[in-house]
Amino acid sequence: MPSLKDLRNRINSVKATQKITKAMQMVAAAKLRRAQEAAEAARPYSVRMNAVIAKLAANLKDQEGVSPFLKGTGRDDVHLLVVCTAERGLCGAFNANIAKLAASEIDRLKAAGKTVKVLCVGRKGFDLLKRTYGDLMIDDPVDLKQVKRIRFEHAHEIADRLIRMFDEGAFDVCTLFYSEFRSVISQKPRMLQLIPAKLEDLETEEGEQAPVQSNAAEGPPAAYTYEPDEKEILNDLLPRNVSVQVFRALLENAASEQGARMTAMDNATRNAGEMIRTLTLSYNRQRQAQITKELIEIISGAEAL
Amino acid sequence: MAEAIQLELVSPEKELASRLVKQVVVPGTEGEFQVMPDHAPVLTTLKPGVLAITEISGAETRFFVRGGYAEVANNQLIVLAERAIPLEQLSAAEIDREIRWAQEDLEDARDEEERRKLSERLDFLIQLKQALQLGH
Repeated sequence: MPSLKDLRNRINSVKATQKITKAMQMVAAAKLRRAQEAAEAARPYSVRMNAVIAKLAANLKDQEGVSPFLKGTGRDDVHLLVVCTAERGLCGAFNANIAKLAASEIDRLKAAGKTVKVLCVGRKGFDLLKRTYGDLMIDDPVDLKQVKRIRFEHAHEIADRLIRMFDEGAFDVCTLFYSEFRSVISQKPRMLQLIPAKLEDLETEEGEQAPVQSNAAEGPPAAYTYEPDEKEILNDLLPRNVSVQVFRALLENAASEQGARMTAMDNATRNAGEMIRTLTLSYNRQRQAQITKELIEIISGAEAL
Repeated sequence: MAEAIQLELVSPEKELASRLVKQVVVPGTEGEFQVMPDHAPVLTTLKPGVLAITEISGAETRFFVRGGYAEVANNQLIVLAERAIPLEQLSAAEIDREIRWAQEDLEDARDEEERRKLSERLDFLIQLKQALQLGH
């Protein structure tokens, strides 16, 4: 049985922890709002980019000379998985969920006899995956620890690296792993094929974002003048689209991370409160028991006289 | 005839403009062109340059834009630029970086045609820098 002093120390330590989790929850809530705003502000760009690429690609899909970013290399042997996670922990199962999805995909590809390469963005995913798949990592994780607000340049840097590797023929298919932000309490790990660009995906997303599309569809189908020609525009836009997708994934991830942390810290605060209650209860019980014991000792001592 | 066109200027970080304007000069890859109401549908990629907007009031707003495309259809002009900054906020360091990139691109250029285009681009940036420094 712990002594009174032990209990008192324990209660104080849980109280201190609760203060920390409470503060973290509030910080996460504030950051979440900002991250959510950023993710929303980025949406029109990616929606429009998708729309235009889908439009161009529909006409050109089967033609010669279309960029391999759309058609692929014609092979399917080497897969590059880009796993985006957070830089920090204490956000529930957020990082673990993304890593789990990536791990199951790695196992599936390996079983199918493909070569798998992994690039991590964010320290946490790297830590989770390196024990089992350390030999597949092509590099140290891309470090975004110092980054307070994700800007397009960060995504651009990553995308540039992917594009360079693709040009060098380092992989055939590139898939991006990130967490989709649904709501504060729901984040869903997702995988998205980046290269070659998957058009089915783009089209369904367009369907969801109907307003932009219907705007363009009002008039008669316009006969566009293309400058330079359609193919060149498409080939120019496809690599840019890689950055856009990476950017979107990073922003979604940032919002998801804060959402997950907020929920996790809310739970932690509540658990700490619960713990303080039970500890205080047993502290009081024990204190009373001790007083009773002392009284009995005094009284029985007095009676003995 | 329509009096104005709907301009949508979007960068990856946010939507910079979404309003009716009188006319816009767009820096297309194949040359600058002016978009006025009832312009024929065009889809073009952008070169680094200045997007000059004439507002309905007649005032002029200018943005530095780089990388992306412009689409004109149904009296609507959509400009998607990887980077779009109001010209007043464009700093010397920013232009220097653009110039450095343009120089690097020029060194990597493969054929004569590409080299010509890129050196034009570089000249433009250098001129822009000088023009801005005069203005400051």
